Parts: sequence; structure tokens; C-alpha cells
Amino acid sequence: MEINNIIDYLVKSADSPEKTIKESCKKNNKEAVGWVAPYAPEEIVYAANCIPVGIWGGQVELTKARIYLPAFACSIMQSIMEYETRGTYDFLKAVLIPAVCDTLKCFGQKWKGTCKAIPFVFPQNREAKSAEAFLESEYKYIKEKLEEILGITITEKALEDSIVLYNDYRSEMRRFVEIASNRTDIITPLIRHKIIKASYFMDKKDYLEYIKELNKRLRLMPANRSKNKRIVVTGIMLEPDGVIEYFEKYGMDIVGDDLAHESRQFRTDAPFSGRSLNSLAKRWTSHSACSLAFDPYKERIQYLVDLVNHHNADGLVIALMKFCDPEEYDVPIIMDRMKKENIPLQVIEIDQQAKSFEQINTRLQSFAENI
Amino acid sequence: MSIINENMTSKEMLGILVDKNMEDARKAKARGELVCWSSSIAPCEFTETMGICTIYPENYAAVLAAKKLAPEFLEHAERKGYANDICGYARINLGYMDLKKELDEIEFPLPDLVLLCNNICETLLKWYENIAYELNIPLLIVDVPYNHGDEVTEENIKYVESQLYDIIHQLELICKKPFDMDKFQEVMKIASDNATAWYGATSLCSAVPSPLSGFDMFNYMALIVCMRGKKECGVTFKKLKAELEEKIKRGEGGLKGVEEKHRIMWDGIACWPYLSHTYKVLKNKGANMTGSTYPSAWALEYTPGNLYEMAKAYTGMGNNLSLKGQTDLRKGIIKETKCNGVVMHLNRSCKMCDFLQYEIGKELQDSMDIPITTFDGDQADPRNYSEAQYETRIEALVEMMEQKSR
Repeated sequence: MEINNIIDYLVKSADSPEKTIKESCKKNNKEAVGWVAPYAPEEIVYAANCIPVGIWGGQVELTKARIYLPAFACSIMQSIMEYETRGTYDFLKAVLIPAVCDTLKCFGQKWKGTCKAIPFVFPQNREAKSAEAFLESEYKYIKEKLEEILGITITEKALEDSIVLYNDYRSEMRRFVEIASNRTDIITPLIRHKIIKASYFMDKKDYLEYIKELNKRLRLMPANRSKNKRIVVTGIMLEPDGVIEYFEKYGMDIVGDDLAHESRQFRTDAPFSGRSLNSLAKRWTSHSACSLAFDPYKERIQYLVDLVNHHNADGLVIALMKFCDPEEYDVPIIMDRMKKENIPLQVIEIDQQAKSFEQINTRLQSFAENI
Repeated sequence: MSIINENMTSKEMLGILVDKNMEDARKAKARGELVCWSSSIAPCEFTETMGICTIYPENYAAVLAAKKLAPEFLEHAERKGYANDICGYARINLGYMDLKKELDEIEFPLPDLVLLCNNICETLLKWYENIAYELNIPLLIVDVPYNHGDEVTEENIKYVESQLYDIIHQLELICKKPFDMDKFQEVMKIASDNATAWYGATSLCSAVPSPLSGFDMFNYMALIVCMRGKKECGVTFKKLKAELEEKIKRGEGGLKGVEEKHRIMWDGIACWPYLSHTYKVLKNKGANMTGSTYPSAWALEYTPGNLYEMAKAYTGMGNNLSLKGQTDLRKGIIKETKCNGVVMHLNRSCKMCDFLQYEIGKELQDSMDIPITTFDGDQADPRNYSEAQYETRIEALVEMMEQKSR
């Protein structure tokens, strides 16, 4: 397949989530199980012969969501709530909801869709020896719930195979973002985002094939000599597309990211431990430098400095999800540190419900001019 | 010798003890001893055993907010880059910390370590991360997983219990001395007795008329937050209980000079910058707050010496329950304290308090046929409250309650 065809296919897959999911299910004879952002043990869902579908909201006008959530709930959960009430997720067999923040704790208790909700918790004291055992018990609960809902048995072998596949996927994705950082003439900010986003709606086995092929072909191409500014983005997610278009408009390439929606998904592998659920638990306890995983040493801050330096970036953009506490607390500390490091920084507010992006336009324009 | 005695009223004791707690912290700091900042329902038993002076940012933020001194700190935090929708207590505290960190003698001394327990909210994780990072001090955490199911699971309790042992070890390293298990036993008994005494006194709100106004209870709360590990705390609540029992005998209500006509449950944190306004509007309608989730919040009862039970108590408290658990808790409060209306504080500062409010309210209305009103407010930020809206909402609630009682 030609490189353009691979890119087109993945971009289209990202642009039509429902169609992509249904086609993937049909092709692989699988059901779909959703999981609400930011993290979930997708491997368990995959081992249940289902396609794990990442639920990250979208650009939607709020009507019914306002009944159930005050205006100061984060924008992503507002969108998800709106879709829930419209029945958008009712084709899913179940949905996993992680309690990583106060909003999601409540969210897991008030799912309005027709499929079963499976709320669960990630332990936050990840240095405690008992955290792994606790998380294993949560994963066992998820596994049993899925078995009950789907009427199947999830075998240890299926879990092991799933972990191998996912580690392979994660490693290939890390390769992709690395190669893409120097092929920005082809992998523009919007294309980069959509290629990564497509993974949420496809069977990982199929998706991995596309990415492997894409990486192979990209690697054969020379690194581009773009005069564009090189930018690293951090936050929960960089959407809607209209926001990313401003990066392109003002000549800013996205060369690296620390977005929960993108690179944080594939930053950490599940190590081998002899027991699948324990391996998955270890993946969370070794996940680092993330605003959503208790980070007493604020490793995220150093990670961002390193990421900017690694990519020889011209600046950092915080894509701050509106009303997202965990991200908001990190902002002043990131600001201080970037100032000390002389790394240009801009903060833009991400609101999935926004229809116009004038403030973002102005901020990104002046940022591009000043770096 | 204790600085309080049996001849004092509980209110006098309260004033003396709250001042003393802060004064002790300042003196400890001046002597070069360790000062700990702790979240409000964290296991104080550990720092108390180690003799570490422990003070509570949530309490101090509420004090500043009630004294109308919060804006300076809120604005400073916002200038630093903190978004204005972050918890008002956190913004006040982080603003205070930043403004005062270069000063020698300050009212609320800066900490040498922090202790957090996220059984009330996840915001604390980020808030305390920032304190520890900015001041470069040790952070002790008891991570209490949310009870998403209707039961508090064994796995949850065991995870919390194991962290309690970790805290002992961490404190030994920080304090460079062994943890005194005999003293710990003693402190656990005091804390558990104090929890019982707190609940014993505040639950007398169930009497008709209630001898205590819920707003007075808000004041006594400072003591259970700040001094749960100290004997004097229990002495005060026993005295309060005796005083309230006397009032019950006399048929005296808690609303000063006003007959109790209505009994409401207050759902959520107090609106500290407007405490007086929120109280007076209710009082003028003869409405007393007899129910709230506060009495049970610190009813952390366990057998001293039993860390498993202790873990269970800290894990199973109200804020950390599932939707069903939280709804059942409120149904119990409404029944026990004989409420005929509910005021829900849609608190801009507290997502955990707010985001289940619709579902809880609907279930209370459907199953108990009780009138409910909500109002927009904030536990600490005075900008998020409208006196007119509160007055209108309370008026409507009282009308509904009156209609129901006809």
C-alpha cells in the first residue's frame, strides 16, 4: 500500500468513529466495549475478543448534559455525557470508567447509556507495595464483569497474547512519533493527531499492521528540512481539529507530545511478570510523569524539559482542558520551570464545545511570531 | 495541666483550644520542631504519636474565608497561574504559602512535611503534590480508593491498611526515632473516643426542637478537624453534649430568639464567606439546619490497636461512598434528624460535592417526597455567591415545606 493510502485510510478511520468501529467489529467478528478517558486496561477487553473503544468526547452541542452536570465539569466529560444521553454509545457491550479524578469518580456512578458501566479505581500511591495487589483485584473485577456481561471466559493465554500485541503496538507508536517528528512535511499536526486517534476505533491487530507499514515507509524518506517552528504539546488532548489547524496556519509543527490522548497512551509497556493481571497492574505503577497519576516528585516537569530538548523544539504549548483539575494544578509549576529553562510557553484552553477559536488563534499567532 | 476546665462552657473551650493549636504550631516551628500540614480527615493518630504539631490547611482556609481575608490569597494564586475553578481552599493555601514562604513568623506556619488522605477528594493529591514540590518536603500519603461498588471491599481495606504501616516506617525515618507503639495505642483510643464524643454531641440535633443550630456545629467542627488526637477535644464535645441535653430538657432550640418551624438538611460544605448570611436567611424563616453529613464524617470509630478497623473507618466515610452509599447516608440523616427540606450547596470549589447532586436529589425527592433547593456558592471564594439568589431559593423552599406540612 502506498504511504498516502495508509495515511488516508487512518485519517478517514479517525474521522468516522462509529463507521470504523462497526466495520472493525464486522471484519473481526467481535463486539465493541468502550472505555472512558484517560486510561483503562484495554488488554483485558481485547482478550475478551472485543474491540476496545476509547471514549474521549467530541465536538457536540450540549443540551441534555446540562441536566446532569454543572457548567464547571470538564469539557470532555460534558461531551461524553451528551453523547450518553443521546444513545451514541448504546451499541457498546459495556463501558469501563476509571475513577482518576473527582469528576470521573462521580461519572462512573451516573452512566446514562444502556450498556453496563464498569467503574474501577487506579491506586494512586504507586510506591506502596500493596498498590499492585489492589489494582490486580480491580482488574480481576473488570475481567469477571466482562465475562458475566459477554457470557465468555477470558483465558490467561488470551490475556498474555493481548499484552504481547499491546506492547508491540505501544513500541511501534513510540517509533512512529519519533520518525514523524522529522517527517513533518507529510505528517502534519492534523495528520499526526488523526493517525494516533484512529487507534481508538480499530482492532489493534489491524491498526498495528498499518502503523508498521507506515513507519517502514516513512523511515525510507529523508528527514525534512522544514523551516517551521518545532512545538511540543502537553495536556489531556488537542482537539477539536480547528485548534490544530492554527498550528499549521502559523507554521508550527508538532514534533512531540505529552498528551493523555496521544503519547501517554503508549509511553509505558506492561512488563512480563508471569501473571497477566499483575503485568497490567505493574504497567500502571510504573507509568510516570503524568498529571493523572500521583506524581509527588513532579516528574512530569522534568519530562517536559527533556522532551523539548530531545526534539530540539522551539516551544511548549499547554493544551489545558477546561475545568480539568489535575492538569490545572500543574500549570503554575510548568510555567515557573519553563521560564527558568528559557523555553517559550503558551497556554491554550481546550473546550470541546467551542465553535470558534479566536482566543486560541490570537495566542498561537503571537506565540509563533515570538519564538 | 490542661488549659481548659469543667467550669468552662464548651464554646469557651472551643475558642481556647483552636487558638492554642495554632499557637502550639507556631511555637514548635520557632523551636525548630517539625510541623505537618494535613488534610482534614487524614489519620492524625500517626503524627500525634510522633509529637509532630499538625495543622490543617482546609481549616485555616475556611477561617480566612469566614474573616473575609481570602481574596488576597485567591488572587495571588491566580496570578501564579492557578485556574479560578480550582478548589478555593487550595487556592487560598497555595497563595498563602507562596506569599509567606520568605517570612519568618507567620500565623499559619509552613510545614516540614505533609500528610494527605484522599478519602474526601482527589483534588488533595494535586494540591499536596504542589506543596511538597514547592517546599521540597516529604509527602506522606494514605491513598484511599473510591468505593465505586456498594460495599467497602476487603481489597480496598487491605490496601489502605498496608499504607498505614508504611506511614509508621516513613515517620521513623523523618523523625529519626522509633515509633512508640504504646503511645500510638493511647492516641488511637483518644481519637476514637473523640470521634464518638463528636458524633454523640452533634447527633443531638435529632431532638425537636434541635438544641443546636447546624451553623454552630460548623464552628465546633474546627476542633474535630484540628484536635482529634488530643484529649481536650473529647472533653469539649462531652461538655457540649451535656449542655445540649440540658437544653433538650428545657425544650430550648438552637436558633437564637426564633422558634424552630422547619428542619433542613444542608448538603455540602458551608459557604464560609457568607456564613452569617446563609444562617440568617434560614433563621428568619424559622428554619434550622438539623441535618448534615458532618457528624458522621468524623465518626471514625475503631478498636484502638486494630489497624484493619482503622483502615476500614477511613475508607468507608461518606464522601468516599458510591452513589447508592451517599444517597442512603442522606436518607438516614433526613430520617434521624427529622428534616422536611434539603438545601444543596452547588459549591463551585468542590466537584466531589456537586457532581452527584442531581442523582442524589432526584432519589431523595422520589423516595422521600422531600422538597429540595440548590444554590450557587463557594466554600471560600466570595465571588461565586449571590445573596439574592440564596434568599429567593430559600424562600421557595420554605413555601414548599409549608405546603407539605399543611
